[in-house]
Amino acid sequence: MAQVEIKSYELNFGPQHPAAHGVLRLVMELSGEIIERVDPHIGLLHRGTEKLIETKTYLQAIPYFDRLDYACPLNQEHAFVLAVEKLLGIEVPPRAKYLRTLLNEITRIVSHIMNTTATAMDVGALTPMLYGYEPREHLLGFTERVSGARMHAAWFRPGGVARDATPDLFEDILAFCDSFPKYLDDFETLVDENRIFKQRMVDIGRCTREEALDWGFTGPVLRATGVPWDLRKSQPYDAYDEMDFEVPTGSHGDCYDRYLVRMAEQRESIKIMRQCIENMPEGPVRTQDFKVTPPRRKDMKSSMESLIHHFKLHSEGFRVPAGETYTAVEAATGEFAVYLVSDGTNKPYRCHIRSPGFVHLQGLDLISRGHMLADIVANIGTIDVVFGEVDR
Amino acid sequence: MAEAMQELFGPAGVWITWILQCVAIVAPLIVSVAYLTYVERKVIGAMQMRKGPNVVGPLGLLQPFADAFKLLFKETIVPTGADRFVFFMAPMLTLLLALVAWAVIPFQEGWVVSNINVGMLYILAVSGLAIYGVMMAGWASNSRYAFLGSLRSAAQMISYEVSMGLIIISVILTAGSMNLTDIVLAQKGVWFGVIHFPMFVLFVISIMAETNRVPFDLPQSDAEIVAGFHVEYSAMGFALFYLGEYANMILMSGVCVVLFLGGWLPPLDMAPFTWIPGIVWFFLKMAVILFVYIQARATLPRYRYDQLMRLGWKVFLPLSLLWLVLTASVLFFTGLWPEYGA
Repeated sequence: MAQVEIKSYELNFGPQHPAAHGVLRLVMELSGEIIERVDPHIGLLHRGTEKLIETKTYLQAIPYFDRLDYACPLNQEHAFVLAVEKLLGIEVPPRAKYLRTLLNEITRIVSHIMNTTATAMDVGALTPMLYGYEPREHLLGFTERVSGARMHAAWFRPGGVARDATPDLFEDILAFCDSFPKYLDDFETLVDENRIFKQRMVDIGRCTREEALDWGFTGPVLRATGVPWDLRKSQPYDAYDEMDFEVPTGSHGDCYDRYLVRMAEQRESIKIMRQCIENMPEGPVRTQDFKVTPPRRKDMKSSMESLIHHFKLHSEGFRVPAGETYTAVEAATGEFAVYLVSDGTNKPYRCHIRSPGFVHLQGLDLISRGHMLADIVANIGTIDVVFGEVDR
Repeated sequence: MAEAMQELFGPAGVWITWILQCVAIVAPLIVSVAYLTYVERKVIGAMQMRKGPNVVGPLGLLQPFADAFKLLFKETIVPTGADRFVFFMAPMLTLLLALVAWAVIPFQEGWVVSNINVGMLYILAVSGLAIYGVMMAGWASNSRYAFLGSLRSAAQMISYEVSMGLIIISVILTAGSMNLTDIVLAQKGVWFGVIHFPMFVLFVISIMAETNRVPFDLPQSDAEIVAGFHVEYSAMGFALFYLGEYANMILMSGVCVVLFLGGWLPPLDMAPFTWIPGIVWFFLKMAVILFVYIQARATLPRYRYDQLMRLGWKVFLPLSLLWLVLTASVLFFTGLWPEYGA
């Protein structure tokens, strides 16, 4: 009999696919239902964010960061704002630090709810998604009350935050912190020990500690392999050094551990939120260097200098001393960083964005090979790719 | 009834009787399918803390009709490269097979279109054929997702039919007949769902697999292969698949009621229960099984292909085989054999 070469079955997954989490396109080589190769194609949501930022003043660049990982917008603003502050060499008032930390954690929970419930839906459980959206909606309500926008807040500013939060907001957040663990318990009862869910998640998409480090994985994907690497702990920014929280880690680096790490992180976030509100210092929420932040409107009526500051800030923006910085924050998905180069003008010379999703997506082939077609959705779900940040 | 018709209309009376009987089954069935989708959405809505359909008509009661009309008036799209004949045959076959099986289901004593003595075999045969609709759809669509879906479906339905067959044999051994009416009557004292309780559980799970429902909805799992075998269907073709799927659900719960829950018999043969007509009992029991179906859909994730196969061949098959041997041995050694061929 002549040698017959069996061609593997090629399957195009996405970009219009219900489990593609946006506009992911995968070209997969299958042997039966076994995946032999996964080739992610990106760029369908490319908007040229990095280039656009070069043509905008530092303040105008902030809204672009909301639109990168639209599941956790404020985390990314945070990276940019910290980078600018570092170049400017300004100190942020403590209240602003606490407010940022608070909102950061709210956003982290928003993203984790989205991810854990969507993962459950990807493996076929429809109900968790609808359970999860209720607390998520409360959290987005808090974001809206503080900034005016549910998701694309643009509330973090170089030198602080846009405006102060009202005391009743803190009370409502505290009430939420009390009720939210109940949701987590319910969710875990429904999903965690479900045998089918465990069969779909345990030992799926495993990567070892070394592989994770080699491929540059960060965030819950890295922590699931047992590396307690969390930028909030290892190089604390804003108020994180004053917070008491744990870094949950897994041990197997599989889908189930990634899921468990995210669930545990939500509980830690609640702890941080509570500490933020309980220890919230009084004082201004913006730096008093009015070359960077707008002056008080009352002062503008009487002070010439304030009027000039206001005019210069809102027409030309502020100038940032020449220099460069790589500033990273722990976003919900992993290490989100901004590499910012300033040439001393009012616009960035270069702004490179390190998005965790991009790095995780390139590892999809590594963790998916040899698995079955159905596992690819669990893998995509648990590496938490959001195409706004992958394609930028 | 046939005799009376013959007196009235002469030889044509037999045909008129048949047509009337068909209409008497198909029309309520189609309506129940419509309202099963409504109930499903309402129940799942309640489980997910939302309202479900509530806009079209009072309490959203007209929603199924709105959906049906929408699908009727949509454009039928045939993919390029599709085998047109097979492509259109597939949904028709699916619905047809879901309907013809009803011929042998007894709703009440004597209320059965065709009281044949191999009723159970007939149902197995017809439900075994249902795979053809799926296979044809997947093949004729000329789409990779549809093809994968139909392959999964073929493997799945065949695997679960094997254990279903063995479960049914246990019941037949105990009942002593393959006629569905006799099977129900044999449960007068105690339901087979009690005697064969483990098999009852297995059967309920098997029919979920047989009808491709959650957690066994791999052939149409939206997260992996979009909608599986019917991904390329639109408008009426899609509606027929939908009708077929839900008609099959109702059929299988009907079979389950006949085999294990004593058909039209009341739970206890005493006063308050016997006041309710048998057909109401029959439908109530079916509703319970259907509710289990829906509840499973709102609760459970989906099995992976190999896990499903493992469950079918390594758990269900040995268990049902063991139970069959056990049943036969108990009947043999206690001498409790029923009178076969009665």
